[in-house]
Amino acid sequence: MAIEQEVLVIGGGLAGITAAVSAARAGADVRLVSYKQPTLRHASGLIDVLGYTPDGEGPLVDPFAALSDLPEGHPYERVGEDAVRSGLALFDDFADDTYEGNHTERNALVPTQGGRVKPTARYPASAAAGLASDERDALLVGFERLVEFDAPLSADRLNAAGAPFRARGATVEFPVELSADPKVTRFAHLLDRDEGGEESQDGSIRRALAQRVATHLDGETRVGFPAVLGDDHPEAVRADLESHLGVDVFEVPMGPPSLPGLRLEERLYDALDREGVRIETGNPVVGYEAGADGDWVAAVTVDRNGATVPYAAEQFVLATGGLVGKGIDSDRAGVEEPIFDCHVAHPPDRYDWFDDDAFGDHRFARFGVDPDRELRPRGARGAVEFDNLRAAGAVLGNYDFAAEKSGSGVSLATGTLAGRLAGETT
Amino acid sequence: MSDADSPHDPGVPNDEIPDDEFEPVDVFPESELDLRSGADDCYKCSTCDTNCPVAEVDDEFPGPKFQGPEQWRLKRKDDADIDPSIMDCSNCMRCDDACPSDVPLSQMHNEARAEYVEEGMSKLSVEYWRNRILANYRKGAWLGSKFPRLTNTLANNGPLRKLGEKLFGLTAEREFPAFATQTFREWWAERGGAQVQSEDKRVAYFHGCYANYNTPEVAKAMVRTFEHFGYEIVVPEQGCSGTPMFANGMLDDARRDAETNISSFSELIDEGYDVICSCTSCSMALRQEYPELFTIEGTADVAAHTYEALEYLRIHEDLRGALGDAEIDGDGEDLAYHAPCHARNQGLDRQAVELFRDLDGVGVEDVGDSCSGISGTYGWKAEKYEKSMAIGEEMFEEMEEAEGQTGMTECPTCAMQMEHGSGYEIRHPLEVLEAALVEG
Repeated sequence: MAIEQEVLVIGGGLAGITAAVSAARAGADVRLVSYKQPTLRHASGLIDVLGYTPDGEGPLVDPFAALSDLPEGHPYERVGEDAVRSGLALFDDFADDTYEGNHTERNALVPTQGGRVKPTARYPASAAAGLASDERDALLVGFERLVEFDAPLSADRLNAAGAPFRARGATVEFPVELSADPKVTRFAHLLDRDEGGEESQDGSIRRALAQRVATHLDGETRVGFPAVLGDDHPEAVRADLESHLGVDVFEVPMGPPSLPGLRLEERLYDALDREGVRIETGNPVVGYEAGADGDWVAAVTVDRNGATVPYAAEQFVLATGGLVGKGIDSDRAGVEEPIFDCHVAHPPDRYDWFDDDAFGDHRFARFGVDPDRELRPRGARGAVEFDNLRAAGAVLGNYDFAAEKSGSGVSLATGTLAGRLAGETT
Repeated sequence: MSDADSPHDPGVPNDEIPDDEFEPVDVFPESELDLRSGADDCYKCSTCDTNCPVAEVDDEFPGPKFQGPEQWRLKRKDDADIDPSIMDCSNCMRCDDACPSDVPLSQMHNEARAEYVEEGMSKLSVEYWRNRILANYRKGAWLGSKFPRLTNTLANNGPLRKLGEKLFGLTAEREFPAFATQTFREWWAERGGAQVQSEDKRVAYFHGCYANYNTPEVAKAMVRTFEHFGYEIVVPEQGCSGTPMFANGMLDDARRDAETNISSFSELIDEGYDVICSCTSCSMALRQEYPELFTIEGTADVAAHTYEALEYLRIHEDLRGALGDAEIDGDGEDLAYHAPCHARNQGLDRQAVELFRDLDGVGVEDVGDSCSGISGTYGWKAEKYEKSMAIGEEMFEEMEEAEGQTGMTECPTCAMQMEHGSGYEIRHPLEVLEAALVEG
């Protein structure tokens, strides 16, 4: 068996990356395998810890103050406050000055594309001038052909929600001829390259865009754009727009595919490379080989177009995501964790999995594996399933990250702890 | 589980469905390949569109989401004709790797393209015959390699190339790859075939067209390296993998060669051989496209036993250890490595970088994850040349910035494009491996 490493991390999202880096920093030889491109590019790029309690109270001002009240089994209850802080510290190290929010323990309120505000612990520097707690009036600018962001509607919603400033929306035609339905990356790359624009603006697209926006300004000192302001050079794009407009410029986080998510993904994969983590993307892990007593994992099996190849390691971290990432799977008969068949508690009658109210309290949102305090998945009777398997991120159960706004924080906290414990045990 | 797999609406328990209830799975007439589950699995996140190298440089190209799931739905409802823009898809297959929901995008594109060529393209058009001849490169190469020196001279004659562009739509910007004066198969026969015999370490080599007619040094490196590790090699009868045929919508041509390949290799698999490719597009075809497009007996068996050369050695030998002990006389030069798109879906895009970092005497610098832009025959078409070079621009820039002046890649047409855009000499990882382990 030739593909061997000390720690094998399964899954390439935030939890997997964090686990791999933590294990590498603990001195282990680490490989990360993921089936598809990471879903970080689907995420807003905001790093939340806890925005609402499981009972729906919030938005919370201080997420840390609420940690001790979380129910038994919640991932934060399992790993404790120190792990949450270590996870955030690791993220701050990755993000360096591309993110803000680490000056305080309090949640920031960041306006999102639909004109809602999201409580979050860290946010891209590009979103900083847009915070809802800022009392300066804001102009939101949308592009005619970017239908995902309706600036006037977004502004109306912010005003209706009682934001402490006046928001206005305007829609402009992007200063380059485009097809009816351009990709978000098209806007970003045109702004990155900043050439081929109108002659009157020396070909600068940033300058031409600023000129179109300037006619809509009515005393506002900050302007928000959909988060497509550059892929490779977002700082330069924003700085140019700010200098041409003479106001602060911010990005409003968008749905998938998300440029802030893509930028973060790139930064995190660079960090993996720097830590010497071996990365492999493209083939799914489909099963495992148990060790002699059956209580440890000797290898996982990777399906390479029909051929099954074992990947052996001393320690494994399962970071395959939840129902969307397919780390938890379901059919009409039941809910399962497909690689190790770890126990996933769920009501036998599938009509009890959901609530009739679309925004009600859905049980399925909390489906996942149930770990001990060292993040080792446990069976139905509470016994650890495998000594050398830990789980991190959305594959864990007992929390509803979408309702609580805790997805990133749980991935960071559990990824950091699972990775460190795995790395130290080799 | 998708709706197509389940007999009834998944929201309703079986025992609550009356017998005469309409069954969603029966809405569409049965066909050989039912791609409904692919269309249903698409939740329109558009990640594929932002990964598409063609859409990146051509704002008018509707992108993989349209070419696959959306076009499929339109077709099922109104029997709409396949949109001609399917011919702008280069079949790089990056959308497969991008999709978070396992939609078989490239399979849908291959099906759509074949249908467009069959029903929408005139069989009397220059485009059809140009594409057909490009797709059947192997036939031309077979003839050309009979008179390699003459062919090489004629193929790169300036006025002739101009004429080729005018009459036939082949770009005059590219130099034709030279034919070797001795093909790999001629060399193999001359050396008397396998030099190593083994009962339990046996591989059957799928060299493909290019390593046979144009770069036999890559095929020879495969042979020497595998023999170094004690493998008995056979080089059976084989046709083209089909890659250029899929990309040009010539599925009948592809099926003909696939039948040859599957029959030839599945027999060997029964005798304990695994199939080894040195070209990542060939291995892609055998592993993914054959099972997606054909129902020839033995297809699944061949797919499950096919590997790329380095991948196979990594799995079965201590390659890391061997390279850790080896040294190469490369003056510490950095190789500018480009991972072919077709290596991605096989999980091989980081393999060469990872492997050679343990090797003294040479460094490997990844020149980024962009597409080279040539995509086999795509960049040879006069009307696609500019697009092909625009896609490659990012890679050219990275190569320019790389420290070394030598490139490395597994794919022969990526290598053409790298050389065309940078002037660098391009090597195959097998050649580096051979230099480190066999010659050293």
